[in-house]
Amino acid sequence: MFLILHPNSVSLLAYTIYLSFAGSLVLAVLPKGKPALARWLALAVAIAGLALAVQGFIAGMGQGRTVLIDLPWVPSMGIHFLLAADGISRVLVLLTGLAAVAGVLFSWNIELRTNEFFALFLALIGGVYGVFLSFDLFLLFVFYEIAIVPKYFLIAIWGSTRREYAAMKLAIYSFAGSAMVLIGLLAAYTTAGSHSTGLIELAHANLPVSFQMWCFPLVFTGFAILAGMWPFHTWAPTGHVAAPTAASMLLAGVVMKLGAYGCLRVGIALFPRGLDPWGFSFIGIGSWRDVFAVLAVIGIVYGALVALAQTDFKFVIGYSSVSHMGFVLLGLMTLNQIGVTGAVMQMFSHGIIAGLLFAIVGRIVYDRTHTRQLAELETMHLSKRLPFAAWAFVIAGMASIGMPGFSGFIAELQVLVGAWIAKPWWALAAGVGVVVGVAYTWRALQKAFFPDVLPSAHVLEQEHGHELAAITWPEVTGVGLLTGVSLFVGLYPKILLDAIEPAVKALLAGGVQ
Amino acid sequence: MNYADLFRVTLPETALEVAALVVLIVDLGFLRKASLKVRVTVAALLGVAGCGAALWTLQASYGAGYSFDGALVLAQGGYVAVAQVGILVLTALTLLLFIDSIFTKHVGEFVAVVLMAASGGLFVAAARDLLVIFIGLELLSLGLYIMTAFAKSSGKSAEATLKYYLFGGMSAAFLLFGFSYLYGLSGSTNLYWIQYSIGESGTNPLLYVAWVLIVAGLGFKVAAVPFHLWAPDTYESAPAPAAAFIASVSKVASFALLLAIGGNLLMPGGPISGQKDVVEHYLRNEYLAWQPLGLILLIVAAASMIVGNLAALAQVSVRRLLAYSAIAHTGYILLGIAAQRAYPGVGSPFQFFLSTTGPAFRSANAVLYYVLTYGLTTIGAFGVVSVVERATGSDRLDSFLGLHKRNPLLAAVLGVLFLSLAGIPPLVGFWAKFNLFAAVLGVSAGPVSFALVALAVAMSAVSLYYYLQVLKRAYVMPAVDETPIKAHPVTMGVLVAIAAAVVVLGCFPALLQGWIESFYLIL
Repeated sequence: MFLILHPNSVSLLAYTIYLSFAGSLVLAVLPKGKPALARWLALAVAIAGLALAVQGFIAGMGQGRTVLIDLPWVPSMGIHFLLAADGISRVLVLLTGLAAVAGVLFSWNIELRTNEFFALFLALIGGVYGVFLSFDLFLLFVFYEIAIVPKYFLIAIWGSTRREYAAMKLAIYSFAGSAMVLIGLLAAYTTAGSHSTGLIELAHANLPVSFQMWCFPLVFTGFAILAGMWPFHTWAPTGHVAAPTAASMLLAGVVMKLGAYGCLRVGIALFPRGLDPWGFSFIGIGSWRDVFAVLAVIGIVYGALVALAQTDFKFVIGYSSVSHMGFVLLGLMTLNQIGVTGAVMQMFSHGIIAGLLFAIVGRIVYDRTHTRQLAELETMHLSKRLPFAAWAFVIAGMASIGMPGFSGFIAELQVLVGAWIAKPWWALAAGVGVVVGVAYTWRALQKAFFPDVLPSAHVLEQEHGHELAAITWPEVTGVGLLTGVSLFVGLYPKILLDAIEPAVKALLAGGVQ
Repeated sequence: MNYADLFRVTLPETALEVAALVVLIVDLGFLRKASLKVRVTVAALLGVAGCGAALWTLQASYGAGYSFDGALVLAQGGYVAVAQVGILVLTALTLLLFIDSIFTKHVGEFVAVVLMAASGGLFVAAARDLLVIFIGLELLSLGLYIMTAFAKSSGKSAEATLKYYLFGGMSAAFLLFGFSYLYGLSGSTNLYWIQYSIGESGTNPLLYVAWVLIVAGLGFKVAAVPFHLWAPDTYESAPAPAAAFIASVSKVASFALLLAIGGNLLMPGGPISGQKDVVEHYLRNEYLAWQPLGLILLIVAAASMIVGNLAALAQVSVRRLLAYSAIAHTGYILLGIAAQRAYPGVGSPFQFFLSTTGPAFRSANAVLYYVLTYGLTTIGAFGVVSVVERATGSDRLDSFLGLHKRNPLLAAVLGVLFLSLAGIPPLVGFWAKFNLFAAVLGVSAGPVSFALVALAVAMSAVSLYYYLQVLKRAYVMPAVDETPIKAHPVTMGVLVAIAAAVVVLGCFPALLQGWIESFYLIL
């Protein structure tokens, strides 16, 4: 027992998964009508998960891939229950832990079917931890699917605007994507003939180039659907908008990262030759790499432009997620050290910042004003009545547009540099997205919080009778946690880069270490 | 003719028939004045005891089986035993769910018919002679027709029975016609001799006719498109235990038969003993003879997947939805059966067909795994539907509204079973699909197999939509009526046990797989 709990033990990370599922089960059978108990229990489980993630991150510093547990699961087919972590996994597990804690804090006011909400929430978190730690393709797929089902119910039961439509749309997109992944998985497994589903064994199986050429786009697209790649992104804004705050925080914060992570860990690592040139080119596109890079760039610019035109505050953030995830995909397609590192960095950074933005819009503002229409918010003088929200959004907005000092800056910079090295025009086009990003963020900020027209004394007096509910401690804590992390990483990015860089290097060099 | 041998081999069937008689005597002789509740419970428990006795007498290891005139009639052990155990266990579960039923006063008769049909199922799984196959199928089918008609007060039940019976009679005629061609081509009614002599004489266009006719007959049994039209009506209107029986036990028996006709030559007693090169020569020939069947099955499989899944999208009755989903699942399974024969024509056919680690074995295993777990899940699904139906008076989607408030445990069982049918990990339905598709691709990795597996995977993604329609009503949409739904404790116990099995078998897939493989290893 002492050995297991030794502070330097790296294998503790696996307990994030078990703990989340156990918490989910306990919450599911908890007696109804005790919402406070459910909340505290969920918070305790989330904090314990975060603690494990932090411990695993610290213990794993300077280490390569460490195996956490390796048990034969289905011996006849060579499937292993293989959990392992490298630098990329550790960073993303850390992100999941942070998002989980913040998600519970910003769901503190859920009164409807509280235990079920947190049970599904923790099941989703458990699945996400599982994906980031699986080094067996079959196991990874199992966790990936486990993460999808709770999303449907979280949105359909606790959501708002057109929730059933949005939930079903999200479920269908997700399953279409995972069906593509499953076909790729089966194909790779049988083609490799190695009788193993281990990621490392498959990466070393020397899959034929012609096979990789068709399997790579299939699997990559399958995962990229969940990462919000244009033109398969349409589930994302509607899903984010309909979802309850915690669910949209998780959706944007970690679930979209599952897709991007799959693109990297499975798509690029297993089928590296699928990115080779076709041998001919059409309007400058000569390989799957070009195709996906162009789609990513379109996503960046398109998402930003559409965000600029939204009238619903939450849709602005929803489309900004599409734009920011475009940076991740672009970074992956640069296939160079700095670009891919930037992509992973952007996964972390966007996970934190998108969570923060959704928390402010969905929880702090919407739950008090009951509207998300920018035109209506304009008349509410929120900078005076909700100064905390206004200034939190200023900070979050600065982080989102990539101000130096926040995590988004270093991430997007790396992606742009990587893209410039690969093909300068990718970087130029993506740069347009950055500029538009500033525009839509400031537009939303101005309309929602700092409108031109200052309220007259008379209006202020009228509003005096309808005070908005005071900011609660979970909100302050949550905002503090997320902004603190973004700022810390922005000022001291080395702490994450030290973990990400060697893992990316190994991954680019030969599939997997 | 050795009657002692025959008796030894048919002990499980005999046990079931004896149990059927005992049930009739007890119910009609001793319990005439007892209340319906007592009678149902006693009859069902006696029936379960009969299944237990049959299980006890069942021989798991390979046996000589029963041969007549040098030709194998009834096979024993191996995957036959797997299917037979499955039939008995699923029958027992159906009977346990029957305890809660009130649709009939003729309790003893119902249980007796179920047991006799199950014994027909055991015959079908074991038979290797065309005539015995046909008799077994008729024994099974007649039982199913009667069961469907048991809700005498319901006009819909009568209508469904009539449709089922007419279609069934027609398909039996097709089957028999097809069998007559096989006999004409080979001069034998024994499956192995048929395979052998057809293989020797080369392919013949008449063979296609024979296979098409046989697929029409058996396609009806497993509800494959385009022979599926009876299924939605029957599933919708038959009494719930009867529908569960049709969807599970009858499926297991019919697929075991298809595996045999599909050409599993692993039984002793066929002509394939002797030198390895003799065996290889025989296997090559036999592959030629069976190739057309694989092609026909592939077409039927693809059609079933597409029609079943797409038609299920539009259903408002949950029973009809389950019927169309059953058609879709039939499609996936037929894919596995077709692949079983997909010997590439190169390499050692010996390795392919006869090695216990070879592709033919693997796909047979995967098919059995799928059929058994599907049968288990679908019995549970019908159990849940029947409980809801009794409380609300209908099986419409809307009668599931607010189930999570009316009976949280039942809603949880429903969730587990339907997600498993949709193929969501870590439930057993996912593993069954993965295993089956991996086996199909492992056997033949050609573009046709890839395309069909891709179609199957895409179609299972479609299927999630209609399963979610039910779960959406149970969990998401507001309840109209919040009065609690009560279920009989035995029913609830069985349903929870099934759901637990679905979770456990899904989390530890090697358990059931190892169990199935263990039957081959006791050679």
